[in-house]
Amino acid sequence: MTKLLSVRLVAILVGLGFTVAVLWGFLVGAYNAATEEAAGHVPYEHPKELSWSFDGPFGKWDKAQLQRGLKVYDEVCSACHSLKFVAFRDLEQIGYSEAMVKAYAAAKTVPGIDPNTGEASTRPGLPTDYFPSPYPNNVAAAAANNNAIPPDLSLMTKARGDGTNYVASLLMGYQEPSAELLEEHPEAAPGPGLYHNPYFPNLNLAMAPPLTSTGQVTYDDGTEATVEQMSKDVAAFLTWTAEPTLVKRKQTGWPVLIFLLFATVLAYMSKKQIWSAVKPKK
Amino acid sequence: MSFPWARQYEPKNGLTKFLDERLPLPRLVYNAVGAGYPVPRNLSYFWNFGVLAGFFLVVQIVTGVVLAMHYAANAQVAFATTEHIMRDVNWGWLMRYAHANGASFFFIVVYLHIFRGLFYSSYKAPREMIWLLGVVIFLLMMATAFMGYVLPWGQMSFWGAKVITGLFGAIPLVGEPIQVWLLGGFAPDNAALNRFFSLHFLLPFVIAGVVILHIWALHIPGSSNPTGVEVKSESDTVPFHPYYTAKDGFGLGIALLLYFAMVFFLPNALGHPDNYIEANPLSTPAHIVPEWYFWPFYAILRAFTVDFFFVPAKLMGVIAMFASILLWFFLPWLDKSPVRSGHYRPLFRKFFWFGLIPAMIVLFICGGAPAEEPYVMLSQIATAYYFLHFLVILPIISSVEKPEPLPYSITEAVLGSDKKVVKGENTSPAV
Amino acid sequence: MADTTATATPETTTTEDGIRRRDFLDIAAVSAAGIGGLAVVYPLVSQMAPSKDVLAASSTEVDISAIEPGQAIKAVFRKQPLFVKRLTPAEIEAANATATGSLRDPQSLADRTKEGHEDILVTMGVCTHLGCVPLGAAEGEVKGEFGGYFCPCHGSHYDTAGRIRKGPAPTNLEVPEYEFTSDTVIQVG
Repeated sequence: MTKLLSVRLVAILVGLGFTVAVLWGFLVGAYNAATEEAAGHVPYEHPKELSWSFDGPFGKWDKAQLQRGLKVYDEVCSACHSLKFVAFRDLEQIGYSEAMVKAYAAAKTVPGIDPNTGEASTRPGLPTDYFPSPYPNNVAAAAANNNAIPPDLSLMTKARGDGTNYVASLLMGYQEPSAELLEEHPEAAPGPGLYHNPYFPNLNLAMAPPLTSTGQVTYDDGTEATVEQMSKDVAAFLTWTAEPTLVKRKQTGWPVLIFLLFATVLAYMSKKQIWSAVKPKK
Repeated sequence: MSFPWARQYEPKNGLTKFLDERLPLPRLVYNAVGAGYPVPRNLSYFWNFGVLAGFFLVVQIVTGVVLAMHYAANAQVAFATTEHIMRDVNWGWLMRYAHANGASFFFIVVYLHIFRGLFYSSYKAPREMIWLLGVVIFLLMMATAFMGYVLPWGQMSFWGAKVITGLFGAIPLVGEPIQVWLLGGFAPDNAALNRFFSLHFLLPFVIAGVVILHIWALHIPGSSNPTGVEVKSESDTVPFHPYYTAKDGFGLGIALLLYFAMVFFLPNALGHPDNYIEANPLSTPAHIVPEWYFWPFYAILRAFTVDFFFVPAKLMGVIAMFASILLWFFLPWLDKSPVRSGHYRPLFRKFFWFGLIPAMIVLFICGGAPAEEPYVMLSQIATAYYFLHFLVILPIISSVEKPEPLPYSITEAVLGSDKKVVKGENTSPAV
Repeated sequence: MADTTATATPETTTTEDGIRRRDFLDIAAVSAAGIGGLAVVYPLVSQMAPSKDVLAASSTEVDISAIEPGQAIKAVFRKQPLFVKRLTPAEIEAANATATGSLRDPQSLADRTKEGHEDILVTMGVCTHLGCVPLGAAEGEVKGEFGGYFCPCHGSHYDTAGRIRKGPAPTNLEVPEYEFTSDTVIQVG
């Protein structure tokens, strides 16, 4: 009994120790908060709420949009950004035929080996190749871009919160910083080689506005290529590159959930039936 | 061991007779989760989570073994093989999402299981060993989950590995060598990734082993129940099968509905976007946060902001974080109230609902928030309460509290009377 | 209805009809669980089949312009060796002189080559016995008793048309599906 009492006594002392230690920090923090002015955050905007064909539990790809987005990537983004987890063969999933994919791949140049000398060279792409990177390595990428390495875009919409909306908002969000913002946060003024964008967390982005004028890309389906249209199309395309299985996932989900609902109702009825023998009845 | 009225296994045909004499596996199952295990008849749905935890352990092992067939634990390709699983492997996306969300659901059901144990004092005699083994399982789960999160080799994987092994760096004198030894290098790289993969594969089977001990220990005194009154007679129990197999089946259906709704429609909701960025040792994410199930403990770690006498703040935080779980090992000896169930303990109940639960919620929120005000100060108050609750309040109220009257038996609690004691008042026909 | 049964003996209290209803529900619930369990097996089995990238990489182009008569080159098709051999007139003659009917796996040289390109023999470099790589493709390797390929693992002899002539292998060296995309390039697969 005295032994158990001593266990509890030790516990009480240890508990009070932790409490004093942590509350000490609380008091110091409270004192600092009262005497020092907290550094405010630069305000950035959350992505716009846009609507997408693949939204919601029944969402589907808009393949025409994905193809337009591919064209925007091809003609604009691919100058600096790689797409290394996407293979040309994957393009069959967004509505291209096998022959079209083959021709598309052949028009690209990928790194290869000279079959006679074994030296590094290039060759036309095959459907099994992955989208080539614009730079041979990170050092080259950094050197060509003022030390800001353009990130790979394959997973971009999954690697940012609310990614599809974020990419679209960012691309159409370039603007001059407002006078009020600069007055309140002088540090938010873009430095040399940086561009103001309210959707970028620190407001200053090393990427120059990539989509600047209507008609920058000529769409094959005749859609007018406004900056907004191109931004949305490429954001949709990058949603597909980030998760090509998104639509299949949702479509597989429904039968699974409906079956489970059915099975759960059966399990409930069976459980009720079994327990009716011993449950007190009202 | 079991109650004297437990049904006896009787092999019905030649095959089961043959087996029973040589390897009585059917008998073992019958006595463990079959009709041979008498269970209190009044268990609420809070008693479903043990079976569910076992189920999700199996889900994790099955999906994990499948993922290991396609994954390569090498820093050069780990991220790419994860994407290979997501894109090219047949049903690979389903396996990976099932595994990632399975970890979350494993923790959800285990937290509810622990919550049940805390409210109904399931740790009290004669069930101390069940509780101690349960805490061991929880610690193993945390280690396994942490190492599993490193494997995709995203930004959070890398920086999580760095920060968590950095905790050991807080130990005086030997801390830094220990961290370097844990990582097999000066920062997480191939050596760390490979050993984490090896241990991540091994530990679930260790967990499965401890789960067997946990269930074995459970079958010695039998299950606890919401009244906290021990089983007195046969009328207090029903056989596990079919009563609780049916009830667990229904509970499993509900759990699977929620689980697959997450897997198919919100598979990344519980993850962090930064882990879809490949690990970069030269750039730290803006906010490093662990997976949600570690948030309360991460908040305790960060709550210690000033040196405490000769103990540096960093070391104090590490000690407190480990102590916050290790103190659970002492619960059976800290809480000496003779009454188990929180339903009959007025003072305990107040501290539980208005102290511990709000403190845990605050710690959870603060652990996921950036280390800035007001989160730091809130987490400090909640951390103080956490330690006070388990180490000071529980030992004291178990001495001063006056419990409410308990029912005579489980039967009385369920039926309003127990014919064994209240003779003549029973309205039910004799069975 | 004040009946409360205190013990767990449902059999004594359920009616004939009740038992049937209960059985039906239990069987339905257990069957649903069984169906669910079976459904889970499908993706678990399917995930071990070749993934999309493996299936996509199953075609190879080979340039045959540099192969001299009597020489062979080794290429790779589906991660397995592929032999492409330009036969000499003597080898073609030897192959055609063999009576097809007497062979273990009766095929003529014409069956095993493309029309107009009877001198180009394209076979998998995989012995049909147990999968070793036969000798005879590279300069100076043993060609076996019939002047074609010889598998050293268990001594299978193939003739100049890659047909099994002696040893344990059951069939001729496999000729994969291929076509001439030009006079000097073949596409396999």
